[in-house]
Amino acid sequence: MRQQPFEADRTARWDEYRQLLDTLESRGRRRPDPAPVRFPVLYRRLCADYALARARHYSPGLIAELHALVRRGYRCLYQRRPLLLAPTLAFMAADFPRTLRRHAAAFWLAAALLFLPMAIMGVACHQDGELIHSLMDSSEVTDLEALYDPANRKVGRAAQRQADTDFQMFGYYVMNNIGIGFRTFAGGLLLGLGSVIILVFNGLAIGAAAGHLTRLGFESTFWPFVSSHAPYELTAIAISGAAGLLLGQALLAPGRRTRLAALRANARDAVVLVGGAALMLLLAAVVEAFWSAGGAPAAVKYGVGAVGWILVAGYLSLAGRGDRHGA
Amino acid sequence: MFTGSPSTPFNLKSREYHPPSFRQDAGIQGQGRYLSATTDRRDETERPTNVPFATHGRARPAVVAPRDTIRLNETPEGVDLGLRPAGPTVRALALAIDGGIRLLVYLALTPLAAFAGLGAGMILITGFLLEWFYPVVFEIWTGATPGKRALGLLVVHDDGTPVGLPASLIRNLLRVIDFLPLFYGAGLVCTLADRDFRRLGDLAAGTLVVHAEDRMARPAALAAHRDTAPRPPPAGLSLTAAQAILAFDERAARLSAARRIELAETLLARFPPAADGQTWPGGPAAVALVASYAHWLTRGR
Repeated sequence: MRQQPFEADRTARWDEYRQLLDTLESRGRRRPDPAPVRFPVLYRRLCADYALARARHYSPGLIAELHALVRRGYRCLYQRRPLLLAPTLAFMAADFPRTLRRHAAAFWLAAALLFLPMAIMGVACHQDGELIHSLMDSSEVTDLEALYDPANRKVGRAAQRQADTDFQMFGYYVMNNIGIGFRTFAGGLLLGLGSVIILVFNGLAIGAAAGHLTRLGFESTFWPFVSSHAPYELTAIAISGAAGLLLGQALLAPGRRTRLAALRANARDAVVLVGGAALMLLLAAVVEAFWSAGGAPAAVKYGVGAVGWILVAGYLSLAGRGDRHGA
Repeated sequence: MFTGSPSTPFNLKSREYHPPSFRQDAGIQGQGRYLSATTDRRDETERPTNVPFATHGRARPAVVAPRDTIRLNETPEGVDLGLRPAGPTVRALALAIDGGIRLLVYLALTPLAAFAGLGAGMILITGFLLEWFYPVVFEIWTGATPGKRALGLLVVHDDGTPVGLPASLIRNLLRVIDFLPLFYGAGLVCTLADRDFRRLGDLAAGTLVVHAEDRMARPAALAAHRDTAPRPPPAGLSLTAAQAILAFDERAARLSAARRIELAETLLARFPPAADGQTWPGGPAAVALVASYAHWLTRGR
């Protein structure tokens, strides 16, 4: 068959396909109405036409045009489902804790990198009042002390931030803390070093602050403030670090895969961890902004913190078990 | 079993098992396969589909000798889908546009600062969302950020499907590393080193930034020479030459008269000499002759 009769024979079908394609593309990812039931048929026949046009050496212009039509249809037919509320809940209920348990080793390593320096630095700074100056300069130390001065109306906020509303602090915590979580993950691409450095440094800084403030006798303000949101925040940072370590592992010890293949496979799991950690950090920011700085008695805040640790531990170790598709 | 003969499907060096149908370069470059867009299809049938795995290691088999950046993927329908990855220049321009758009959003938000607490909180949260999720939202929603859209770029998985949430998150969270040491230094180096122009985030996520090339206007050709009488081209014309004639006919309308003549004469000069010893015509007659051949090729007598 020559090109002209070939084209004449199929023009009507191609036009119908083009129109369907235009409506599908203009609707973005929303569900089209009415359902384009003819589309897959038209698309597959177009693929056949394209293959024929190439095999029969029709003109390059026709081949290019059919190719572009195939490509547009391919993108419409094979697109992923949009993320809705239900899958998000399923993700938090099952996917995230399961993925974390599958990479328990990375998590414990990241947790050790965060909590060991924290504990050591905390004890050391409690013993030695000068040690904190090895980590921060004196103006930072002064700011830190001002933050938890029992004379403050709002604990945990610098003097110039005393007038800020809870919502403003919420915005600040979201930007700062989730940003740190994301950077901890991304740092893993530097052979894991970036994640390790961020984890260790954050551990040292938090430990130094805790030890130093306790030494100064600010424990009545510092510990109640941090206890409520710490379970979510510290665990989430450790999980972000674990995600970063997975990237580093893929590059340093890819095992029976190429480094690129290992990186892709690990990144798929790591991004699940980061997503879950980001949502945990969001929860931590809510607690920190609207509850931790509030006036509840210290005992209640400690109680909320203890319940928080139990919830986090139970959630991460138990959620999503029992399903036969589980990890 | 482990004789080490070239036909064994075990590549001892990488300790990987490759099923015999495994793409010959899949271990190196994902699922893609590289062919030149200008490669004739007949060349492909001559290409060995199962290169002995001894050549599978680091060295790319010699038969895959790309001459351009087109990357072909076979779809489930059995056709080859060509993707044209976008280079660093156009991507940098897209980044600049997106940066401008973000700046405008920030400027539009500054009045919020008047509402002390709530407004400042909104600004901080918006800043966070713009910094991390601006590309993710647009890539999931429309396939690319407005800057990329404006330049006709699209973010896709390396099999050509629209990018999904996990891949988009990976490539955009790892953007901080591509940004190092400053202004996408790492990203630029990686883009220049990779034959698909992928930055580090793209490598980890398995994504490509490609030219969309959706709305190409079909050359209004073929109709242009409807008045010429069809004439059979000389016997023994190769398929490549026939394609060249058709391509010339489709592009003729967009060329200047002088360029048309030049190309037509070049085309004819490469044909086998006419049987009766006559020479090929020059000038406008050459254009008319090639057009009449094209007419015959597409429509017959």
